Amino acid sequence: MFDRRLVQYFDWGLLIITFIVGSIGLIALYSSVMAGTPNPQKMLFIKQLLWYCAGLVVMVISFIFNYKTLDRWAIVIYIICICLLVCVLLFGKYVGGSKRWLALGPVSIQPSEMVKISLIIILARYYSKHASSKGLTLRELLNPLILAFIPFSLIVKQPDLGTGILLILIAGSMTIFAKIDKRSFIYIFSVCIISVPLVWFLLKGYQKQRILTFLDPDRDPLGAGYHIIQSKIAIGSGMIFGKGFLKGTQNSLSFLPEHHTDFIFSVLAEEWGFIGSLSILFITLILVIRALSIAHKCREPFGIMLSVGISAMIFWQIFINVGMVMGLMPVVGVPLPFVSYGGSSVITMMICIGILMNISMRRFMFE
Amino acid sequence: MSKYLNTADNEWYKQRLTGVIICVLAAYIVLIVRLFYLQVIEREEYRRLSENNCIRLQNIDPPRGLIFDHNGKLLVDNRPSFDLSIILKDAKPVKQTLEKLSNYTKIPTEELQACIDGNKGMSPYKPILIKNDIGRDILATIEAHQYDLPGIEVTVRPLRYYINKQSGAHLIGYLSQINPVELESGKYPKSIAGDFIGKYGVEKAFENYLCGSRGGRQVEVNANGQVVRILRTVDAQPGNNIYLTIDQVLQEKAEELLENSAGAVIAMDPGSGNILALVSSPSFDQNAFVGGMTHSQWDALVSNPYRPMENKAIQGEYPPASTYKIITAMAGLEEGIIDNNTEIYCPGYYKYGDRVFRCWKKGGHGTVNVVKALAESCDVFFYQVGQKLGVDRLAWYAKACGLGSPTGIDLSHEAHGLIPTAAWKKSRTGIAWQGGETLSIAIGQGYNLATPLQMLSLISAVGNGGKIYKPLILKEIRTAEGEVISQNKSCVIGELPVSGKTLEVVKKGLWAAVNGQRGTARIAHLDQIDMSGKTGTAQVFSHKKNDDSHEKERSEFLKPHAWFVSYAPADKPKIAVTVIVEHGEHGSSAAAPIAKELVKTYLLTEKD
Repeated sequence: MFDRRLVQYFDWGLLIITFIVGSIGLIALYSSVMAGTPNPQKMLFIKQLLWYCAGLVVMVISFIFNYKTLDRWAIVIYIICICLLVCVLLFGKYVGGSKRWLALGPVSIQPSEMVKISLIIILARYYSKHASSKGLTLRELLNPLILAFIPFSLIVKQPDLGTGILLILIAGSMTIFAKIDKRSFIYIFSVCIISVPLVWFLLKGYQKQRILTFLDPDRDPLGAGYHIIQSKIAIGSGMIFGKGFLKGTQNSLSFLPEHHTDFIFSVLAEEWGFIGSLSILFITLILVIRALSIAHKCREPFGIMLSVGISAMIFWQIFINVGMVMGLMPVVGVPLPFVSYGGSSVITMMICIGILMNISMRRFMFE
Repeated sequence: MSKYLNTADNEWYKQRLTGVIICVLAAYIVLIVRLFYLQVIEREEYRRLSENNCIRLQNIDPPRGLIFDHNGKLLVDNRPSFDLSIILKDAKPVKQTLEKLSNYTKIPTEELQACIDGNKGMSPYKPILIKNDIGRDILATIEAHQYDLPGIEVTVRPLRYYINKQSGAHLIGYLSQINPVELESGKYPKSIAGDFIGKYGVEKAFENYLCGSRGGRQVEVNANGQVVRILRTVDAQPGNNIYLTIDQVLQEKAEELLENSAGAVIAMDPGSGNILALVSSPSFDQNAFVGGMTHSQWDALVSNPYRPMENKAIQGEYPPASTYKIITAMAGLEEGIIDNNTEIYCPGYYKYGDRVFRCWKKGGHGTVNVVKALAESCDVFFYQVGQKLGVDRLAWYAKACGLGSPTGIDLSHEAHGLIPTAAWKKSRTGIAWQGGETLSIAIGQGYNLATPLQMLSLISAVGNGGKIYKPLILKEIRTAEGEVISQNKSCVIGELPVSGKTLEVVKKGLWAAVNGQRGTARIAHLDQIDMSGKTGTAQVFSHKKNDDSHEKERSEFLKPHAWFVSYAPADKPKIAVTVIVEHGEHGSSAAAPIAKELVKTYLLTEKD
C-alpha cells in the first residue's frame, strides 16, 4: 500500500542541496583534471559523471524500502563489510604502496568506504536500545568498542590511516551523542591521559619520528610538508575573488599532489577565491545542518542515531579534508564528500543521502 | 520531567542535538577563520609565491658507497659530473635562450631542440637534461653568463668512476640507468627515473647497502628560475662502503696472465672461502656503462665471440675433464672398489663391449695405482673404476662434493653445471643410459658440466681436509664514517663425503701430479713451495660457428679447453686456484703456469 504521506514528507531541500554540492564537485573536478596539466585526464571527469548517475540509482534504492529494515539487517551488513575488508587484505591490489581496492570486473571498489555506513548502522542499532539520559556505563561501551576496533584495525593494516581515524571519529561522535555516564567518562579520560606517555615510552625511535611527522608535516619538507606549502600557496593566491575558472596555476601535476582527490578544495579555493570558498563551506554547512534536522524531526531512536551517525561522517570528512589542505591538520587522505574524485566515495555519499531521505519521509509512521 | 525517568525520549534527544549543532558551528568558524587568514590577510604573499610557482623541490643525490679491496685499496670511486638542464617555464623566450646557450657551449641549436622535443608532455617546471658531464670549460662559461641564461641550470651529480679500467669488471659490475620495468617492479623503492642502479656484479648484489638515501631541498626561485633562498634542507645519506675479500694485487696479476686468452681464473683462501681473485677474460670497460654507451659499442660487446659480458668464472659451464678424476678416485676408494694399492695395467686403451676407449697416452701408462693414475692422469685406470661404480654412484659423490648446484656466491646468474644420472638421461632424451657413457663420465667428459667456481670449491675442500665453504666476496660493510656495520663470517656449507684416509690418498696423487717425475702438471712445480693440482683437457665437440669462410678461426674454436685446479702449500694450503683457458689445448701447458705464477705472487712476494 502506497502512503501519500511518503511524498508529502519527502525532503526536497536535501535533494536540492545534494545536487548543488555535487555540481560544484563536478566543476572543481573538471577544472582540476583539465587545467594547467600537460596531459588532461578527461576520462576521470567522465567516469565521475557516470558514478554520479549510478549514485542516483543507489540513492533511490536507499529510500524506497523502510529504513527500519536496516535495524534488523545491521549485523548481516556489518559482517559482510568486515569480510570484504578481509578480502582486500588477502586479494586486494596494490596501488601506490597500499592495498585498498578490490577488483570486481571492470570496476574497483574500496570496501573501507562502505564499512563506514555499516558501522553507523550497527552502532545506531546498539545505541538506540541502550542509550538513556543516565549515560552509558563502561560495560555497555565494551560492545561498541569492539565493533569499531575490528574494522579500524583492518583498515589501518591496508594502510589507510585517514579512513581508520574517520571510523574512530564517527563511532566516538555517536557514543558521545548517546551520552557516557559521568563516572565512566572520567575513568576513560584518565586512562587515556596516563596511557599516552606510557605508549610513547614503548615506541621505537622511528615510530616516534613517524608520529611526529604525521602531527607536524613541516618535519617532512620533501613530502607532506611540501604538499601543504603548495596547497596553502594555491588557496592563499586565490585571494578574495579567485583566479577564475580553469585559471589556477598551482593546479599542475607537480605542484598540487592528488589534486583531483584529497587536494581538490585547494583547486576550488584558488579559482574561486575567498568568496567562492566561503560559499562552498556554507553550502556544506547547510548540508550537515539539514542532516541533523532530520534527526531532530525523527521520533524514534534508531532513526535519530542513524541520521546523527551519517551527519557525523559527512561533517568529519569535510572538517578533516578542508582543515588538512589549509595546513590545520595532519596530512591524511580523506576525500571531500561529493567533490573529491572517487567512485566508492560518491556511491557511499549517495547511499547516505538516500538513507537520510528514507528517515525523513517515514517519520509520520512514529507519530 | 524526563530526567527523572532516565529514558531517552525525544525531548532528550533534541537537547543533545542542539549541542551537536553548536559544535558543528564552532568547527566551521575555525575553518572560516583559517580561510580568511590565508585568502585575505596573507593573500599578497601567497599570490607572489604562486606567480612563478616559486617554491620548488630539488633533489640531492646521495654519494654511492665506495668499493675497496681486502686491504682497503680503493677500487670504485665517485667523481662529480656537471649536468646541464633547462626548465622551459623559466627559460622564456625559449628560442632566444637556446641560441645563446648554443653560442656559449658550441652545442648546435638543433641538438638542444631535439632534447626538448623528446620530453614533450612533461611538466614545464621539470628540468630537462640537455647534456650530462659537461667539461670544466663549458661549466665556467655557463657560470659566468648565468644571468643571461634564464631557466638553464647546472646540477652536480656524483658519477661512478671505476678506477682500474677493465679490472675485476665481472666481479664489481657496473651501474646503469634504471629502466621503466625496474621502476615498476617495486624492488627499488628509493629510486626515481634517471637514477643509476647496480645492474651487475657487486654493484647489483649490494645495491641496498651502496645506494644511500636521497635528500632534497625546498627552495624559492625568482622569475628566471634561479634559487634565491633555500628554505629547508634534508641531507642525503651517503651509501655504505663495501670491502671485498679480493686482493687487488693478485687480481691484477691474474688479469695480466689471462690477458690474451678467453677464460677464467679464481683464487680462494681454502681456510675461509674468501675469494682472493676472480677474473673472467676478456673484460669490458665499466665506465662506458655509466657514461652511456652508443649502439655500436654495445653491439661490439654482445657480438664478440669471446663473450666479454659473461662472467666465465661463475657462468661458464665446461666439461670438467680430467679434474673430475678427483671425484672418481674418491668414490672408488670410499666404495671399496679400489684401495691405495690396487693396480691396473694401462696398455693405452680399454675395450668396452665392441668399443675401444683410448687413454690420452698412446703407449699406455703400464701398471698404475691410484696415486700414479691421478698424477699421470691415466684414463684407463679411471675407465675401469667408473665402470664398476656406475653412473649413479658416481653422480652421488659428485653432488655431495658440491657439483651440479650453485655454490651460493653473492653474484647473480650463477650457473648450475650438470651431473648426469641414468634417470636424468631417460627423462631428458627418453633413451636409457648406455654403459659406455659411464666411462666418459668417469673422466669428466660426456654430459658432465661444471663451472670454474664449483671446481675451485671442490679443490679447496680437498686441500683443507674436507670442508666445503661458501665462496665469499664480501669482507665487511662500513658506514661512510668508517664504522663497521656488518662483517661476513666464513660459513661451512658441506663436507666432502669421504674419510680422512681417502683424502690423504687423493692428496698424494695431486701432489705427485705437480711434483712427481711424470706428473702432468710438472710445469707448475715450484722449488720453494709444494703445490698440488690436477690438470684437465676438455674436449670441445661442437660449436655454433658454422660460417665456413672463417676456417682458421673455426679450427681455433675446436681446440679443447685447458683446466688446472690446484692449492698450495700442499700440506696446509693458503690459496686454491682454478684456471680455465678456453681452447687453450692442454691443461698442463696453458692453465698450470698461470696458477703457478699466482701462487708465487701470493705466497712469495714480500707484503708491505
